[in-house]
Formats: sequence, structure tokens, C-alpha cells
Amino acid sequence: MHALANPTRFLKLARPLTTLFAVLGTLLIAYGCYAGLVLSPPDYRQGDSARILYVHVPAAWLALGGWSGIALASVAQLVWRHPLAGVSARAIALPGAMFAAICLATGSIWGRPTWGTWWEWDGRMTSMLVLLFLYIGYIALAANGSERGSVSRATAIFGLLGAINLPIIKYSVTWFQTLHQGPSITLRGSSIAPELLWPLAYTVAGFTLLFAAIVLMRMRAILATAKVEARLARLVAA
Amino acid sequence: MNAWPFVAAAYAVTLIASAVIAGWSYVAMRRAERAVERLPRR
Repeated sequence: MHALANPTRFLKLARPLTTLFAVLGTLLIAYGCYAGLVLSPPDYRQGDSARILYVHVPAAWLALGGWSGIALASVAQLVWRHPLAGVSARAIALPGAMFAAICLATGSIWGRPTWGTWWEWDGRMTSMLVLLFLYIGYIALAANGSERGSVSRATAIFGLLGAINLPIIKYSVTWFQTLHQGPSITLRGSSIAPELLWPLAYTVAGFTLLFAAIVLMRMRAILATAKVEARLARLVAA
Repeated sequence: MNAWPFVAAAYAVTLIASAVIAGWSYVAMRRAERAVERLPRR
């Protein structure tokens, strides 16, 4: 990780990876969505509405994974003062917020034909909404007091403290009486039938690669902007 | 209840939002990197 602390070295690696992740991610998403809509059979209880699984689960995974990334980057910034940690956390925040919003929207759309309601203030949905608000708060904080594209110490602490919400989201369906179903995929296996499960691997992998490409693009934009600002500041000072 | 309108809406929301954030990030990256290329040489 420290080998990538040099932005020039990071950019040399990031440029080809951005294209690779974007192209591969788009192809996997396209095939995963086709498989989810056409090739997989309808669920025996939920019917065709279960097909929403293939876009809802990757969005939830990326919303949670995104904040995990922010928390890890915050540790790297606070403890090791890694120069790219703040930049990467800032780059993750917007796509993370977007996927949290997609998760809430697709969950709500799935809830109407399945539960008969668009929204319920249950543990899972409420804690996921809190995550979206945390993202919005982080974006607002990161927009202020950034230095050379990174984020302030207060923003990094906020990123770290916000991670408290992650186990709450994960275990909300176990701790609370909830309308949302319990965990279907665990380390011990899956309760979803294999013929319904396989397209999910494509959409999860595809959206994850697209997310990585978006984060790399945003990191490159932040580093380039910081470079321009630093050069202009030197020119003004000279 | 016919579930297909809900399925179509969920896929549309996801794919359009993903395309928007990816496109927006690409435009921001290209704009910022072009600004670096335009900087005067030291």
C-alpha cells in the first residue's frame, strides 16, 4: 500500500486499470442483467419481482463496502498519514452515496409488490437510510477544509465513527422484528436456489468493477485539480 | 399483481443512476486532466 503513496506511481497504475475495470464491469453488468431478466426462472413465491435481487444486492454491497473503504482509508490517513488515503475516501463518498440511494430505491420498488408497501420504518431500511445521510454528511465535510485533494482530520474521524452503522445494518434483521427478510447469503452458504443465484455473481462482480473504475476516475480528477491549484498558487506567489 | 413494471423500474433506476455517476466522473476526470496539460511548463 505504501508503494502507491507516490501519486505519480499511483497514476501510472490507475490509468490502464480505469479502462479495464470500466469495460469489464460494463460487460459483466450487461450479461448479469440479461441473465437475471431472461435466463433465470421466476421465484416460486415472489414470482418475477425476485429479479430485482440482481440490482438491489450489488447496490447494498457497494453502499456498505464503500463506507468500509472510507473507514479503512480514514485509519490509513490518521495512523500512517498515507497521502492518497484522504483522496481515495473522498473519491468513494459520492458513488457510495449513489449506490446507497439505489439500494433504498430498488428496495422500495421491490417492497410494493412483495410486502404491499413502499416503505416501512424497520431496522434494515432505517439503518440503510442513516447510511445515506452519513454519506451526505461526509461529502459536505470533505468539501470543506481539504488540503491537496485530501480530507481534514475531522472528516477522517467522522468516516471512522460512521463505520459503527455497518454492523447495525448487517445485524438489523437479526436484532429487530423486521419486515425485511433475514440474511440469504452467509459464510455458511446460501438459502437461494442455485438456478436463481448464479446471475447475481455477474452483477455483483460487474457493479464492483464499475464502482472501482468510478473511484479511480474521481481520484484522478481530485489529484489533477490539486496539481493545478498548487501550480497556480506557486505562480501567484512568485 | 404484475411484477414486471416494478422490475423494469428497478433496473432502469439502477442502470441510469450508474451511467450518470460513471459519465459524470469521466467528464470531471478528463476536464481536470486537460487543465493539467494546459499548465505552463516550469
